[in-house]
Amino acid sequence: MFSGFMVNAWIVASVVAVVAGLVGFFVVLRGSAFVAHAIPNGAFAGAAGAVLVGVDTIVGLGVFSLLGALTIGLLGRRGRHDAVTALALVMMLGLGALFLSLSSEYEPAVYSLLFGEVLGVSPSELLPTAALAVVCVLAVTLLYRPLMLSSVLAEAGEARGIDSFSMEMAFLVVVALATTMTVPVVGTLLIFSLMIGAPAAARSFTDRPGRALALSVALALMTVWAAIALSYTTDYPIGFFVGSTGALLYALGRGWAAFRRRTGAAGTGGAGAAGTPEAPYATHPPERHTILT
Amino acid sequence: MSHFLSPVFEAGFFESDAVRTAVIVGAVVALVAGALGVFTVMRGQSFAAEAFGDIGTTGGSGAFLAGVGLLGGFLAFCVLAAGAMELVGIQRVRGRDLATGIVLSAALGLAALFLYLDSTIHNTTGATITVLFGSIFTIPDSTVPLVAALAVVVIAILLVIHRPLLLSTISSEIATARGVPVRLVGAAYLLALAVAVALCALSIGSILSTALLIGPAAAALRLTNRPGRAILAAGLLGVTSVWLGIVLAYDSYDWPPYGNGWPVSFFVVTIVFAIYLLSGLPGWRERRRANRSGDGSADGTADRWANGAADAPMGRARG
Repeated sequence: MFSGFMVNAWIVASVVAVVAGLVGFFVVLRGSAFVAHAIPNGAFAGAAGAVLVGVDTIVGLGVFSLLGALTIGLLGRRGRHDAVTALALVMMLGLGALFLSLSSEYEPAVYSLLFGEVLGVSPSELLPTAALAVVCVLAVTLLYRPLMLSSVLAEAGEARGIDSFSMEMAFLVVVALATTMTVPVVGTLLIFSLMIGAPAAARSFTDRPGRALALSVALALMTVWAAIALSYTTDYPIGFFVGSTGALLYALGRGWAAFRRRTGAAGTGGAGAAGTPEAPYATHPPERHTILT
Repeated sequence: MSHFLSPVFEAGFFESDAVRTAVIVGAVVALVAGALGVFTVMRGQSFAAEAFGDIGTTGGSGAFLAGVGLLGGFLAFCVLAAGAMELVGIQRVRGRDLATGIVLSAALGLAALFLYLDSTIHNTTGATITVLFGSIFTIPDSTVPLVAALAVVVIAILLVIHRPLLLSTISSEIATARGVPVRLVGAAYLLALAVAVALCALSIGSILSTALLIGPAAAALRLTNRPGRAILAAGLLGVTSVWLGIVLAYDSYDWPPYGNGWPVSFFVVTIVFAIYLLSGLPGWRERRRANRSGDGSADGTADRWANGAADAPMGRARG
């Protein structure tokens, strides 16, 4: 399990998990799950375009994920954020359908890009992945404080001179970078699961941002390690184990949060249905959904 | 007449059965999607609309594995997923996208498993491609009555719940105060969305399904503040996009590379996207700004809709 080509798989998966844990934490914090789904899925069309033009897949992925991120950011400034995300996604997928129909030699590779082939990572893919990972981690480190403030309390951030729009754009570009580096090795579906499951679980386990961020990375690492080991022994696809582990962790996190709420003094129980006074978020009207734009 | 239009409609356009089916199914789907889409965009649940398409793919591959009908798998998984999202907590505005994401990622994991088993047992991944990029030109005749049934079911649900749905979309507090079962109404809406997307994705592909649900509705909501008008406008814009896309895709058989038409989903999506961009042009915005009372992006809509949705005149809508 730890020999030959598997070594590459362990290294790459760990690198991907660290980045997914970091970026995913902000994805969950900002309620941008749709963006984390749309950018990798749309970038997938870029890979089809790269095959058509004859350039490297990673270039196509990079161009499309950046274009998608910028489109979502710019249009989202004036429109409804989720509708704009959906439109950017379908536009990219429409282009992908066009590229596929024009080149007609790409179809067998669709499955591997969707679901990844982490067990087939070659040593030559290690370097670009690792380099982009370093850039991602650096960006998150630099942005950590302003991005955190802007994500949690946009108004307070504005008052301190942190422009929400620039933060949104920076965040989207980081997601695009993470996408470019992870999709060739783990696939679009797996990166989405990693960016949602572990960070969402981490947030239910603790309220403190720093601790939640560390926990998010740790859970993401645990998820991929468990998934690789299980996939190696059972022969079932990694994506299945990552998806179900993420869901399981989240369920555990919710259970833990409910347990603490019941034992704690402020216990009211339940998830806070819409309209009940205990649920502060329920009082936002729908148009406040995009709190940052 | 036909000579005059021949540059637009290539030979055989009006004689082709595939085109006729596409034109009819496309129009029905676009009208239903327009009505449902206005609520989807207002409620900020575009992600759910998109996710049901992918979740349906899971159901489709599962059905393929089990050897039952594709439609059964699509419907079963979408309805199950709607239930799961409701359970995780889609009714809280800020948690909506996260709940959708959790359910979607679990479903995608299952899809990976099903497709893997499909390919080991049935030795094909062709099903993936069909479901992902299904085409409006390859709708079997047997699907047409199903789409009609879908339209009837979804429109019926919307007719029953549209007033409470509208009110709880704008303000769940006011709706609760007026005795509207907010959660039940939201669940009924989500169920309608799941059924609609399952059938749309199956007949015209998941790309077009999302595009028609979100694009025309988002554009319509930028053009008008009134619910009835928005639904009408979304339907019209949707039908226009689909029909124009079908004509262009039909014509594209004569474009390079010859003998292999461009995908209709590309044309429709491009038109929808362009319509959305055009709807944000300054001229439209100013006209709309003159109509609305608040300064927040949708406050005017909220007031107007709350007043329209409530039976008695009320000033509390502003609270």
